Amino acid sequence: MSPEPFIRLCGVRKVYRTAGEEHLAISDATFDVMPGELVSLVGPSGCGKSTLLKVLAGLHPHDGGDLRIGSAANPFDPSRDVGMVFQAPLLLKWRRVLENVLLPAEILGLPLAAARERARELLALVGLSGHEDKYPYELSGGMQQRAAIARALVHDPKLVLMDEPFGALDALTREKMNLELLRIWKEAGKTIVFVTHGISEAVFLGTRVVVLTAGPARMADNFVIELPRPRTLDMKTHEQFGVYSRRIYRLLGME
Amino acid sequence: MLARYTLGALAHVALILAWYLFVRFGDVPKYVMPSPGATLEALLEPNYDWWSGIAVTGTEIFAGYFLALVVGVALALFFTWSKILEAFFMPLLVSLNMIPKVALGPLIIVWFKYGMLPNSLMAFSIAVFPILLTTARGLSEIEPELLDLVRSLKGSRWQLFTKIQLPGALPYIFSGMKVGAILAVAGAVVGEFLASDKGLGYLMLQVQVTLDTPAMFMAVILITLLGVALYGMVLGLERLVVPKDARVA
Ligand SMILES: Nc1ncnc2c1ncn2[C@@H]1O[C@H](COP(=O)(O)OP(=O)(O)OP(=O)(O)O)[C@@H](O)[C@H]1O
Ligand SMILES: [Mg+2]
Repeated sequence: MSPEPFIRLCGVRKVYRTAGEEHLAISDATFDVMPGELVSLVGPSGCGKSTLLKVLAGLHPHDGGDLRIGSAANPFDPSRDVGMVFQAPLLLKWRRVLENVLLPAEILGLPLAAARERARELLALVGLSGHEDKYPYELSGGMQQRAAIARALVHDPKLVLMDEPFGALDALTREKMNLELLRIWKEAGKTIVFVTHGISEAVFLGTRVVVLTAGPARMADNFVIELPRPRTLDMKTHEQFGVYSRRIYRLLGME
Repeated sequence: MLARYTLGALAHVALILAWYLFVRFGDVPKYVMPSPGATLEALLEPNYDWWSGIAVTGTEIFAGYFLALVVGVALALFFTWSKILEAFFMPLLVSLNMIPKVALGPLIIVWFKYGMLPNSLMAFSIAVFPILLTTARGLSEIEPELLDLVRSLKGSRWQLFTKIQLPGALPYIFSGMKVGAILAVAGAVVGEFLASDKGLGYLMLQVQVTLDTPAMFMAVILITLLGVALYGMVLGLERLVVPKDARVA
């Protein structure tokens, strides 16, 4: 018996309404995410990936179809169980790194002494030990993004939503962060939905890749990446890696 | 850092030196431009009652400025609380900001007679707008994704305000306060020029009649020092509450 999915989307639609105009952003999103999976979400620019993340985060209601997150065995509390990471680190300039990581715990009113302890552990996990008392401007872009990841984990959410988190980093830092993310994901044991424009990043990170069509988004493909773990950078030269990448390229009409 | 301060101090000394040399060797009559020494000597003239002048003008400046700070920040907070209020009042305030406040002087005097109150109001009316407008701008500049982050945690409006909006707006508030500090000084002095019976501005009008230019120079210097004191206080407070990188120039 296979376990129940953690997220189940079935025909999810999303319409933006602004000043009497309707804009269909997602026409049909249908896929499951199993607990502990890291699903890569790819699709052409403007197809509705960020919108889908916002729907998953409970920021926007969906306008049709079924969306269920959590299960009896794995209950989901929409305010407590979502961590978010965006393309920009969005750290608060006037807070030190540790205080930045604590923000979600403060908002949720969690006991601060314990949260502080956990924030320190998470900063160690993302490789920022010793930088707790610095201000964001004292960190490099990659370090800031690590702090943002620690912030997304501080309230121990079950689901982490990442919207092109490494899109602003240079290629080398990005590869390094990919490896780091896999390590963090393994240690933290979270379910992650990871939006990216990078096809090789999607294949490299994902347990599965969901490909969306140009907007309004429909399902273009959804397949499991059966590369061994732990993933290593030289896997990118494996034949199977190329097969997966070409499959996505073709769907996005870039070949 | 120290070298920078030294250079800055040096520039001031150089200006005073140039002033001294110009008067000393330029054969300039004292009633056109007094020497630094003659200017200082004006302080010894007991009739001018410098201390009370400083106290009066200083009080007008600080009172008007403090009121501008309270009212400006309060109105900005009030507007950011409600989109409708903001849409209603902000364009109006932008228009009112276009009024040259100095032109209100005669009216303020008609309404409030002359004395320290109308002069404080002049300082207030001229300092309040930059404080209000920059504060409102600071409060409204919030990254949409940061808003998403707070909303995804079901954070309250109050949490958004105290944890993100207000601290994010502080650098803007301070930049408005700095502009306001300079304007408040000008406002109070213009008020004194228009109608008053005490204060450094009033004194300047008195000694203008007798062509006591050294006293006029001294009055300008003292007014400037009052402005420097106010500005310095704002700067000091900013150092205390806003981390270096978050400051707006
Ligand atoms: N708040 C909004 N109101 C109205 N329309 C919106 C809003 N946000 C996004 N859209 C529209 O919905 C569509 C999908 O936007 P979305 O940001 O989800 O795309 P995306 O796939 O994340 O794009 P990108 O890869 O460039 O980030 C776009 O056509 C966009 O213009
Ligand atoms: Mg996007």
